[in-house]
Order: sequence, then structure tokens, then C-alpha cells
Amino acid sequence: MNASVNCSRRRFLQVSALLGGGLLVGCKMGNQEAGKSVAINGWVRVGPDGAIRIICPRNEMGQDVHTALAMLVAEELAVDPRRVSISQAPVDPAYYGNQLLGGAQITGGSTSTRDAWVPLREAGATARIMLVNAAATQWKVPASVCRAENGYVLHGARKLSYGELASAAAQQPAPKIVRLKPADQFSVIGKPLPRLDGADKARGLSIFGIDVAQPGMLYAALSACPVLGGKVVAFDAGAASSRPGVRKVVNIGEGVAVVADHYWTARSALADLRIEWDEGPAAKLDTAAIYAALEGARQSPHFAIVKNVGDASAVLPRAKTIEAAYRMQMLAHGTLEPQNCLARVGADGAVDVWASTQYPQGAQAAAARAAGVQAGQVRIHPQFIGGGFGRRLDVDFVPQAVLIAKALPGTPVKLIWSREEDTTHDFYRPPSLHLLRAALDGGNVVYLTHTMISPSITQRMFPGMVKDGIDDFMIEGVKNLTYAIPNLLMRTIIQDVGIRVGYWRSVSNANNAWAIESFLDELAHAANKDPLALRLSMLDQLPRQQAVLERVARDSGYTATPAKGRAFGVASMECYGTYVAVAAALSGGGSQVRLDRLCIAADCGIAVHPDQVVAQLEGGVVSGLINALRSKVTVKDGRVEQTNFHDFRIPRINEVPPITVAHIASTETPGGLGEVGVPLVAPAIGNAVFKLTGKRIRALPLEDGGISFV
Amino acid sequence: MVTLRLNGRNVNVDAPPDTPLLWVLRDHLGLTGTKFGCGAALCGACTVHMDGAATRSCVTALAAASGHKIVTIEGLAGPVGQAVQAAWDRNQVPQCGYCQSGQVMAAAALLGQHPNPSDADIDQAMQGNLCRCGTYPRIRAAIHDAAKQLGAPK
Repeated sequence: MNASVNCSRRRFLQVSALLGGGLLVGCKMGNQEAGKSVAINGWVRVGPDGAIRIICPRNEMGQDVHTALAMLVAEELAVDPRRVSISQAPVDPAYYGNQLLGGAQITGGSTSTRDAWVPLREAGATARIMLVNAAATQWKVPASVCRAENGYVLHGARKLSYGELASAAAQQPAPKIVRLKPADQFSVIGKPLPRLDGADKARGLSIFGIDVAQPGMLYAALSACPVLGGKVVAFDAGAASSRPGVRKVVNIGEGVAVVADHYWTARSALADLRIEWDEGPAAKLDTAAIYAALEGARQSPHFAIVKNVGDASAVLPRAKTIEAAYRMQMLAHGTLEPQNCLARVGADGAVDVWASTQYPQGAQAAAARAAGVQAGQVRIHPQFIGGGFGRRLDVDFVPQAVLIAKALPGTPVKLIWSREEDTTHDFYRPPSLHLLRAALDGGNVVYLTHTMISPSITQRMFPGMVKDGIDDFMIEGVKNLTYAIPNLLMRTIIQDVGIRVGYWRSVSNANNAWAIESFLDELAHAANKDPLALRLSMLDQLPRQQAVLERVARDSGYTATPAKGRAFGVASMECYGTYVAVAAALSGGGSQVRLDRLCIAADCGIAVHPDQVVAQLEGGVVSGLINALRSKVTVKDGRVEQTNFHDFRIPRINEVPPITVAHIASTETPGGLGEVGVPLVAPAIGNAVFKLTGKRIRALPLEDGGISFV
Repeated sequence: MVTLRLNGRNVNVDAPPDTPLLWVLRDHLGLTGTKFGCGAALCGACTVHMDGAATRSCVTALAAASGHKIVTIEGLAGPVGQAVQAAWDRNQVPQCGYCQSGQVMAAAALLGQHPNPSDADIDQAMQGNLCRCGTYPRIRAAIHDAAKQLGAPK
């Protein structure tokens, strides 16, 4: 999700006194509706007791936004980030909207740091200037002779704490000009710092959505139609209702919920319901039909051209052409925290929702629709997310919980899905078919055409954003192709396949990089060139991408002529503003392959929190292994066949090889990080498998291609 | 009423004896550090100690836990537990953090039995604990680090 948005947004600095006399500062970001008055809110609070609270506009799901974004504020506020506390922002897109995602209050697309890079530092700087001005006024000296340091304003031997100054600072006019520190003066950004949420998470103290408790809370378990899109026809509530502890049985249309004093009571009672289903239009769907739908669209006239460069007709007659088709499997998200939501619907229509969500604004709208109230009557309380990966951009569990809670007015009800419900009622990573053709002339790639055929997630979630057949999130990995190839024709075809699809960490970068980076490898072999050398030769204008490729080659011990029984594969790309490369080192032979090492290098510009840059890249590589090795979702009789972690297999500690991470320092503005580790793992390994075994696998997961990883 | 020996205290629980220990901990006793992930002993998020051994509380009935010494993440103490959590801090292991209670409990049980585990021991003891964020390299490093801090012979 890399919506290219003009970054020359206008910002409006707003300052206001908090009730109780604190200082609240926010950069109210202007967009098209900038003239409208917006509720006063902010990112920095300085309490009279000196407690500093930073309000984080993005949701923490492991990607480190609570720490990294706090570091941006702390840098300019002149406070020790270890001494601030973090609050999760409420829903207020006028304030907390993500300008890289159309202004919606969404956490996704590896945008959080990029979006916050300037405004959150400005928020910190504004607060600091006002605190300094307040002290200067009190001391009757010019502000220019005062300085802010570690939560105090100092002048000579005098000092006042931010807490002592907060009330007076709130009365100061907002500065008209805010100058940000140059990078060589950073004392927080780029420096080591423990994650602010790390210690609690190692001690079981962090509260995730599933952990939230409210007085008088009841629990709900749900049996949803086993076929996505199906509905309840009839059920027998009698036996379930008569179980001790069961309070209510609620039909929410797509399923039936049992509400009880305790979760296990509710969950156990589901077995008594004997629900009759109308399985709906997907009742006969199976995996073969899904791929047949993609195949059937090969010649579709409804294609969109993403990129059209040069003129192939001039080169094709004299060039050697090569064709291939690649495929990508469906995947579940498998967040370790199953989907859940706590909701309370008051008799007065006030709705409270506690949820692990990447999209609080969407959660609010969906809760309001379900409750039949205005969005303003819904308060969303976003919690720590036990794994997002895009699953929690969808908010399906929110209206479910609200509908259930509505049947018990005033009572908070916590809905928790089983793992089986979670695996079979996901929004799946889209399957895709990729048609590639290229021309080689004198050993050079002179022409490449690629057609990606896939269902569109955006058409389901944000239909207004799909224009002229182009889903911006479906062309990731294509529009950002960086190799110098003189003639290019990149097309997409949106083809529905009858199953709901969702954003999955790195979105279409994974699909398209799998196809393109694997096919480039085929071209290198056809041209009798080393795949690494071929890539480097097409990146003369991009030294940053060359550097990451060279780095993984060095770290992995890459050689074009490995010893027998060993092989290397590489892949590289630009992804969410970051240059990234992966090398895979394999050994073995025949159908038995050993994954010896994976190396990743990234140039993401300035690294705000360097240790977590490494952590995100490591974790991204492990997510890439889900995509690469053996995980898949298949469908039979309209039902997702995988149900739990025994058959939707994600890598375990013994299946993950050593991972070498290199972060290449740069002074460029920050690029994205949360997803960039994912896409290149599959093609790098696939390319190494070819080198090792001579087998070119063109469909994921690789183990379905006749090899196994040992 | 079933009595549990939990985190060093006796606790009476009014729940059906076939209720999984996980839900007794979370719903009846409010100890939410132990997490629900799969309900089938496939992910390890619910790992607690039963008489010192890593045990999946999601498939352990309350009746089966009664009479045994149960320790959850909230009650993890002593030199091994402290060394594991300190190593988790030094190595900055958690990302989303949801699996980490279970990882810490599994690691502490491992170190309780193998003061200086090899990589193969770690693979064996920790493969039941999924981390969807992919913190495995740091989990491995932190376990070795904790072993070192506990003074295991090299």
C-alpha cells in the first residue's frame, strides 16, 4: 500500500489548554477540507506534574510505532523518550489521518514513520518552543537565551520543569515558524533505545484487545456459516439456552452467537445449536475453480495498462523471446491473537468498542451501522494488536460484536473467535496468475511484458479508489519496477474468483516480485549471465539498490559458480520507498533442499529506531517464509480446508535458518519498513532451488513444486 | 469448587472441572498474561508451568491441573525466570508480544532442565511455540544469553 500522495500538505498548528491546565499540542493536518473546524486534540500532553504523554496516531501491532513515533516527538521536545508514556489516539481522522493513505486513520502500508516524519517532530518542536517562551516570560528574559533540556527549561542557574510551565505555556501563542533539528544534531533519532512496550510484553502485562475486561462483562462465541457469504436459515437454541451460565443466543445473520458468563461455557454451547445454513453463492467453490477463473481471464479485454515504455515492435523481430506463467497461492493471516471484540451498546445508543484494529475509523463506521447510530455515538478504544499483517484492516468482528451486544443493552460482551473460525473466515491473500514474456538481444533484456491477473482487495474495501481498472495496491511490485529495461508493458486484470481477499503484509509486492524476480532469473540463465550480474547491470542509475544487492551477495558468500550441492539465489527491489535485496543460500540435491542462510539488506533512509529496523527485517523474512515454503489456503465445497496451525503451517523456530540482516545507513528521508522484508524471500529461494536442482518452480508454495525443505 | 495451587497460593475456582485451565486463568481469575492462540496445543501461546514443566493450558482441564503446582507468567519468579526476562529485555525480543508470555514460560522451563541448551535443545523445546512476527532469531539469542547469565559452564 504505497499510495503516492503529494507530500506538500498544509499543516495547521493548534494549541489549546487542557482541562486541568496542561498543555496540549497538535499539528492539525490540513487536506482538501482544511477550512473546516476540527476538534482540538493533540500529540503531546504535559501534565502539571510533569508527566509527558505522547498520543500515538498509529496502532501498535509489533512494528514499533509506539516507540518510533514517540522518538520523533521526543527528539524535538527535548525529553528522554524512556520517560514518556504513550496513549493510543482516539478516532479523529482530521487529526490522526494518514496522509499517505488518503487521509484515513489507518495503520498499514509501511507508512507510519514516513507519514509522521515531519508532523510529529513539528508537534514536539511546537510544544518545546511554547514551554521555552513561557519560562522566558516568567523570567523576563528573551526566549533566545533560554534552552530546553531533558524536560526542563534552563537559563543560567535557573530552571523550571515542563510540569511547572505547562499551564503558562498553554497560554502562549503558537509559534509561526518551527525549525526542525538537522540530522547531525539528533540525540534520540537513530540512537539505541529499548522498545517502550518491550518489558511489559516479556512479562505478560500488555493488554491486547482480547484481554480487555469491563465490569459485568459477558462472553460470546460464534458459529459462522462455514461457507463465506452464507446465512443462517434456522437453528435450535433450546439446548444451548438451557445450559447453566448461558444468557442469550443471538442470530446475527452470518452466524449464531452464544452469550454466557464465561467464554468456555459459550464456546461449548455452540455444539448444541444445530444450525441450518443457506450456504450462498460460494457453496460449490473449490481451488480449481478459483484458478480456472484466473486462467479464463488471460485474454480478457478488461485489462489496464500500468506502465508502457518504449516500443517492443522494433526489438521483437530480432530478439530471442521467452515466456512463462507464474502463480501465487492464497494465504490466511494467522494472527496469533484470534479476532475478537468487546462491545457495549447502551440503551441511549452510546456504543463503546474495545478492539485490536488497524483501522479504528472503519471500526467506528461499521459499529455505528450495526448499532443503528451515528458514528459520533461510537467510541473506539484501540488496543495492542496481537499480530496485524493486514488482517485487522478488516473490521468484520466489530459489527458482529456490536450486533451481539445490542441484544443485551448496557452489558459489555466480548466476542472471541476460535482459531478454526479465524482460519476459515479470513480475508485471504489474493491468488494471482502472472503472464510474462521478455526479449533478449545480445544478452540484454530489451523487452518485458507482465500481466497480473488477480482479484482486487481494494474493489471490495474501498471501491471508490479503483479507477480505470487499476487498483493501486494490486500494482505494487510493478509500478515500482526499477530495472532499466528499455521496452516495458505492464498490465493488470482484475478478476473476481468468488472468495473474499484481504491485504496481507507487503500486499501485491509479494505476488509481483515473486513473478518478476523469478522470471528475471530465467532470463539471466537464458542469456547465460549470472543473475546477480544481470540485475546489477540494469541498476546503473540506482546505486542504493546496487549496494543492497552487493551487500547480500557478500553476506551470503554468493558465487555464480558454487560447489556441487550448494547454490545461491538473489532478488531485489524498491519497496515502500526502501531498497531491499535478499540472498538465499541452499544446499542438498534432488528433492531434498536445506535452507542454510537467508541474508537481507535494506536501505530505508534514516533509521529512526535502528534495532527495530533490524527486527522488522528479520520478522519480514520469516513472514516471507510463510509465503515461500509450504503454507497455503485451499477451498473445497465452499469451505476453506485449513482450520488450525497443524494444516495452515507457519514456520517454527526449527524451520527458520540463520538470518543475516544488514541495514545500510543513509541520510535520505525514512522509507517503509514493516513489509519490505517479505516479498523477496520466495523468489530468492526459488532462484536458488533452480540453481541447485535444475527445477524451475513457478507456483507457490515451493514445496508443492516437488521439493521439500529439510 | 476446585482448588488450584497457583503462583504459590491456593485458589478456589468455581468452574466445571472440564474447563481448560487457560479459560480458568483468563476468565475466572483475570490472569490474562496467558494467551489463547489455537485451543489445540499447536501454538504454545497458553504455556504455563505445571510442576515446572511447560504445559499447554488450553488442553489441560481444570481437574487435571488441580493438585499440581501451576505457575503462570504473572507468577514467574526466581533466578531462572528473572534471567529469561532480563535476556528478553537485553535482546529486545518482543514485537507484537502476543506469543511472548508463552515463549518466556517455555524458555524458563527449558533452562530449568537444561542450564546450557544447545541449538538443537532450543529447537526441540521451543518448536511448539509459534511466533507469527518472526522473533525466532532473538528468542534463540536470548535463551543462550540467559543461560550465560545463569553461569552455565561453557
